[in-house]
Amino acid sequence: MSEREVLESLRENARYSAADIARMTDLEEDEVEAIIEELEAAGVVRGYQAVVDWDKLEDERVRAEVELNVRLDRETGYSDIADRLARFPQVTALRLVSGDYDFDMEVEGDSIREVSQFISEKVAPVPEITQTVTHYVMTSYKENGIELGDGDEDDRLSFSP
Amino acid sequence: MTIELSDRVKTVPPSGIRRFFEIAEERDDVISLGVGEPDFSTPWAARDAAITSLEQGKTSYTANKGKRELREAIAGYVADRFDLGYDPGEEIIVTAGASEAVDLAFRALVDPGDTVAIAQPSYISYEPGVIFAGGEVCPVPTKEEDEFRLTVDGLEDAGAADADLLVFCYPNNPTGAIMRESDLEPIAAFAREHDLTVLSDEIYAELTYDGEHTSIATLPGMRERTIVFNGFSKAHAMTGLRLGYALGPADVVGAMNRIHQYTMLSAPTTAQYAALEALDSCEDDVREMIDQYDRRRRFVLSRFREIGMDVFEAKGAFYCFPEVPSGWTAEEFAETVLREQGVAVVPGDVFGEGGEGHLRVSYATSLGDLREALTRIEAFLEEQA
Ligand SMILES: Cc1ncc(COP(=O)(O)O)c(C=O)c1O
Repeated sequence: MSEREVLESLRENARYSAADIARMTDLEEDEVEAIIEELEAAGVVRGYQAVVDWDKLEDERVRAEVELNVRLDRETGYSDIADRLARFPQVTALRLVSGDYDFDMEVEGDSIREVSQFISEKVAPVPEITQTVTHYVMTSYKENGIELGDGDEDDRLSFSP
Repeated sequence: MTIELSDRVKTVPPSGIRRFFEIAEERDDVISLGVGEPDFSTPWAARDAAITSLEQGKTSYTANKGKRELREAIAGYVADRFDLGYDPGEEIIVTAGASEAVDLAFRALVDPGDTVAIAQPSYISYEPGVIFAGGEVCPVPTKEEDEFRLTVDGLEDAGAADADLLVFCYPNNPTGAIMRESDLEPIAAFAREHDLTVLSDEIYAELTYDGEHTSIATLPGMRERTIVFNGFSKAHAMTGLRLGYALGPADVVGAMNRIHQYTMLSAPTTAQYAALEALDSCEDDVREMIDQYDRRRRFVLSRFREIGMDVFEAKGAFYCFPEVPSGWTAEEFAETVLREQGVAVVPGDVFGEGGEGHLRVSYATSLGDLREALTRIEAFLEEQA
């Protein structure tokens, strides 16, 4: 239960200090630290990252969603293909999905050219991959549960009964 | 020429919070813990339903007591959540905020000279409401040593046995106190013994962080003498949509409706569509908001204790009620901390007897702001030391 509470706090904001999480959950600070260590050791928590609105930065960041269709054979399963693709640093997310295609892959690069090259030279030639459909991201509105718009303004009065 | 105002209006002073507004205006870095409404926006599904209803041109009056569908949904909701059984036809009225419902009840039940006992500290509208209705107020102070719960001793000491009505609000604004079933039982017995009608403002019922809320109307012999108020402002973050309701015996609800049909006609139609959707599909949003308030509650209580301010364990609403350090009145402390540190809190005496020496601190504000506000109060205390 307290593990869950710590996890929820981290998911809300991974930069909350152990002391703040302790205050929010009625745990001791060192208990929180121990729980976080356990979560990390058990591989439940795999990392912490900033949620970035790339449109707010000068430098270009190109992202694409790639649909992949694969053909399996007796020696090759989904996880073999996934392992192979996931090792590329350009691949930022890879999921097996239901529906019209098999894998949903997210790719990042510095330019369209770089991303296209990666897909045509590294991904498409994988023998089990029968088809790729690449969708370049044009605008992002929400990432990791965080809306990237201006949000709802807090226009409450500073005092109310 | 000056127009002569009515005596009733003249006897009611403007709200004590006003002066603080002006001080807050002077700074642009104020963090306000003085806010009595959620910092969340209305759940999107409810807003979306309101927008759709506008697009469809649903902008006419509704039935006086509110849309039948909405009353049915409310009946289902209060039965499910609080074990309250009310007939949507005769025993539920939808109003422009719980505020209107409270006012209707006073006007329907109070005759000139009638006495209304009010548990204090409490939400600031009850006392003026009684006076506007021509009644007299009998304040019933609650004490920190009782965790600001209403007690039979408190009622007896205040002379509430002779009152006609008793008003209270748990979970409480401003203290954050709650009353459990075992706390309510002796109060119910007192009300039955002295034939008091009870007005129970349960607008913060969902925001109960320890166990489940109990309504006094569910206790034996209480349904027929209780009017329950609730609404969408707090748990559903719908303050500006102005929608509340009252539950009570058919004759009382009928009397309230008689006033309402002449003075309001019907509660805001758009808001009724939002409310219907809120009850229908926003349970998860409400849960999520409650979880967040609860985390902030624990954070704020811990921080006050760390910086050496005494605070009792508030278990409901979104307020806590710390004591000001000795040597200060609540008003001086609140004013000075606002001027010097830009942190806005409300002095407890604004909320009536029993509130002096305390501050109402609202945690309906982001954790980041709460953290910063507490750091500023800590710095303030260190400077004073
Ligand atoms: C205890 C209490 N009752 C009633 C209200 C008014 O609620 P509504 O917005 O439904 O009129 C408030 C608002 O602050 C409150 O704190």
